Amino acid sequence: MLDVYKIRKDFPILGKKVNNTDLIYFDNAATSQTPNQVIDAISNYYKETNSNIHRGLHSLSADATNKYENSRSIIKNHFGAAYEHEIIFTSGTTHGINIISSGLEKSISSKDELIVSEMEHHSNIVPWQMLCEKTGSKLKVIPINDDGTLDMDEYKSLLTPKVKFVFINHVSNTLGIVNPIKEIIDLAHKNGSKVLVDGAQGAAHFKINLQELDVDYYVASAHKLCGPTGVGFLYGKSELLNSLPPYQGGGEMISNVTFDKTEYADLPHKFEAGTPNIAGVIGFSAAIDYMNSIGFNNIEVYEKELLDYATEKLKKIDSIKIYGDINNKISVISFNIGNHHPSDIGSILDQYGIAVRTGQHCTQPIMDHFNIPGTVRASFSFYNTKSEIDLFIDAVKKASKMLG
Amino acid sequence: MQTIQEIQNQIIDEFNFFEDWSEKYQYLIDLGKNLPEFDKKSRIDSNLIKGCQSKVWLNSSFKNDIVIFEADSDAIISKGIISLLIRVFSGQNPEDILSAKIDFIEKIGLNTHLSQTRANGLLAMIKQIKIYALAYQSKK
Repeated sequence: MLDVYKIRKDFPILGKKVNNTDLIYFDNAATSQTPNQVIDAISNYYKETNSNIHRGLHSLSADATNKYENSRSIIKNHFGAAYEHEIIFTSGTTHGINIISSGLEKSISSKDELIVSEMEHHSNIVPWQMLCEKTGSKLKVIPINDDGTLDMDEYKSLLTPKVKFVFINHVSNTLGIVNPIKEIIDLAHKNGSKVLVDGAQGAAHFKINLQELDVDYYVASAHKLCGPTGVGFLYGKSELLNSLPPYQGGGEMISNVTFDKTEYADLPHKFEAGTPNIAGVIGFSAAIDYMNSIGFNNIEVYEKELLDYATEKLKKIDSIKIYGDINNKISVISFNIGNHHPSDIGSILDQYGIAVRTGQHCTQPIMDHFNIPGTVRASFSFYNTKSEIDLFIDAVKKASKMLG
Repeated sequence: MQTIQEIQNQIIDEFNFFEDWSEKYQYLIDLGKNLPEFDKKSRIDSNLIKGCQSKVWLNSSFKNDIVIFEADSDAIISKGIISLLIRVFSGQNPEDILSAKIDFIEKIGLNTHLSQTRANGLLAMIKQIKIYALAYQSKK
């Protein structure tokens, strides 16, 4: 069991007042909050260890390098990668996707096809559109059903021999739906296609084992799982990462530089040009340690409890429509009330100190599918409480009444 | 015809009656509901103001040295806010619109209740109103 009131003490921001009332933070799918354990890890790094890594001979640099590489080890173990060098530190999910999309420019041709889904975040659509523009390849889209789930039959029929890659999110950021990625990956592999999974929303809510999934590439961001912003990782199978050209040139990513020929460094450094976000990486691993100290099983059970509690109460509100209301989802609820614009509901909730997200959530195709301008999205984390949900439900009712 | 400053002062006086944010919001919602909807012909992309999370359409015409503004939005609070802007700017001549200092938004405390997204949207609306005024002024 998880002691939510004890956990809340770890998060200084949760004590904040907004519009003269206690903050209720339900925008966790956009960015999760940061516990003292992570803030301290970052702050201690700057107080005691700050120096550049991998180069210096001095003790401070060695200490920083150890902490940075130890973080890689923590993340590799947590996500079940085979080797440390398969974990590339990035500035976040988008960066990871762009490393792959630019790396594929020479190996994808106009005869090839790529698959995305209708429920992708724009950052898992636009880089592939750009890749198609550059290579002449074709982008195909797995549609969603009206309950928000992927149309798996259509996916199977899209998987032709021409398909080189499938790009799919683990969990929809807008609907919270958990996709059957193991099945998606297995089907793709049988077809000879590779798979990149956008794990921005998946990594924070349940334990993942990359080797069991047999996924080819997996990308995620630290700030969705209690870590700092501006850092994330790209996982790739060794042989695939080795086959890709480097993304950026610079220091750290080379082994030998002459004007005749430069040799690139081995993994993971080949993809980590320049001085990385050392403090961020250390904060990232502190966040993983913190969440493991609570336990991902506990987090999953408790967040499901919050989701069910809120869903049941919301459904009692007149003319509410929840999008993607299925069983297999994380603690995200996307909804509209009648014809009220989501931004009207969101503005009024903000006056009650309640932070939700309104709009298209960077998933315009989903909005087009449901023919709506956007949704109100409430997303809960393991530090939220049922009494916060009660206040939220009350505020939604008041907002709906005000808007008439 | 009242001047832009006089209308702003009137709005500030009206908002002084409200005791808390919810009354202000309720007033904006009512204003939004009372502003007539555009017909489909005017809800076109070329009338859209960029920079708003909700859709805001602004249309204008110029006759007898006076600019007439009409606007619409798919969100009701945005519509309430633009109805205030129309009240301030519509029926004025281009020179007065261009030289106007807009202080009522701050004085009615609306800015503290607007998220950054919405505040940007409001700035975009005022900017578009002034662009129309400038265009009509240069036509003269």
